Amino acid sequence: MSKIHIENLSKTYRSKRSRVTALEDVSLAIEQNEFVTLVGPSGCGKSTLLKIVGGLIRPSRGRLIYDGEPLLQPTRDVGIVFQEPVLLPWRATIDNVLLPAEILGLNLAQCRVRALELLKLVGLEGFESSYPRELSGGMQQRVALSRALIHNPSVLLMDEPFAALDAMTREELGFELMRIWDTHKKTVIFVTHNIVEAILLADRVVAMSPRPGRIAKIVKIDLPRPRTLDMEFTGEFKSYFDEIRAVIYSGGGAARP
Amino acid sequence: MTAELPASARTEDEDLEPSTTLFTYLGPAVTLIGLVALWEVLVRWSGIPGWLLPTPTAIGEAMAEWRNELGWHFLITLYEVLAGFALSIVVSIPLAVAVVYSPFLQNTIYPILLALQSMPKVAIAPLLVLWIGFGALPKIVVVFLVCFFPIIVATASGLTAVPASLIDLIRSLSATPLQTFVKIRFPTAMPHIFVGLKIAITFAVIGAVIGEFVGSDAGLGYLILISTSQSRTPLAFGALLLLTIMSIVLYYAVEFVERLLVPWAPKN
Repeated sequence: MSKIHIENLSKTYRSKRSRVTALEDVSLAIEQNEFVTLVGPSGCGKSTLLKIVGGLIRPSRGRLIYDGEPLLQPTRDVGIVFQEPVLLPWRATIDNVLLPAEILGLNLAQCRVRALELLKLVGLEGFESSYPRELSGGMQQRVALSRALIHNPSVLLMDEPFAALDAMTREELGFELMRIWDTHKKTVIFVTHNIVEAILLADRVVAMSPRPGRIAKIVKIDLPRPRTLDMEFTGEFKSYFDEIRAVIYSGGGAARP
Repeated sequence: MTAELPASARTEDEDLEPSTTLFTYLGPAVTLIGLVALWEVLVRWSGIPGWLLPTPTAIGEAMAEWRNELGWHFLITLYEVLAGFALSIVVSIPLAVAVVYSPFLQNTIYPILLALQSMPKVAIAPLLVLWIGFGALPKIVVVFLVCFFPIIVATASGLTAVPASLIDLIRSLSATPLQTFVKIRFPTAMPHIFVGLKIAITFAVIGAVIGEFVGSDAGLGYLILISTSQSRTPLAFGALLLLTIMSIVLYYAVEFVERLLVPWAPKN
């Protein structure tokens, strides 16, 4: 049984004057502990799909089955990381990480130990009592990742989490994420508009095309793990890249950048 | 892993610019002293009578002579300002919360508030004297009236300034409205609230003086009114100076409290 089963999902936003179809007839099954990236240009509905999986948006049509049960509201079993770290500026690092634990009413003493472990895992040992303004963008995003993991969710939803970072920090965090995913066994859905990032991280790349947002192709990535930066220059990688690039820009009629 | 340097460590040596602090304070101080000296010289040289424009030394002498009265009236005005300001905080912030959480209240209260704000307070003051009399209370009400609008507007905008993704994050955790308010919304609003408070406190002194001008028997505004009518212009200037100092000190007091309560606020 799949961890997350998406069946004929559509989402239409209605305003007084217009209707925008953000997602049309999307079906996708995501396995337990799978790393899936959603890639596509803006307007392809990838963030909308992520929010539907998180229970934050209701689909207009279709079903979302989560662990065999239809999902109708937000579930505590997901951790979310956004493009911006959105840390609370009045809280020190450790207290930012503990925010979900406080809201969920978990045992804070246990969670504190876990928070320190997570901060160590993301390379922020010694920064527990620093405030967000004292941290660089990459470090803030590491805190956000620890916060998403504090309540030990089985699913990690990531909405272009590294898009606001510089290229080097971005690669570094990508590899750290894979390491964490490998040791902690999570199902990861990762939204990006960067095809290279999508291939390098994923077990499967879901390529989406815009207007209306739909799945253009699902590409299984058979590169061995652990992944390395050098793989980017192999012929195999290049053929994945060309395949995904072609389907993304053929569907919606969008101009190639 | 190559850990990035924290922002604080990276900016440290950039802070080591040549010490400008002495110069930044010295410049304005010298200018001010120069202007006062120029005032003194010009008034003496031109022979303008003291009751029309007193020299700074005459003002200083009058202030020393009337120090007890000035102190007493200063305290009266200060009391009116602080009481009205406190009242406006106590009323405005909960009202702003109510307005933000209830679309009905937003639609009903906001137009009324706007109408109230649009009324010139100088015009309302005589009515307040008529209704509440001559004591400190009508002045406190005027101070309240000039203060509450900036506070309520700033608080309401602060409460709605939470980033959308942060709202999504806590919604995914099924946070209760109370948790959202206490842990996210109110702290997010704090820097905004202080913007409102700083605007309000500068209005507050003006409000108290307006109240005293309309009808009173105490306070620095009253003292200005009385001393000008008796051609004791240096004393009026002394009272004016004290009002200015009060206003400035109160502003920095609010800013000081802001630094204590909202250390994460952006520096202005």
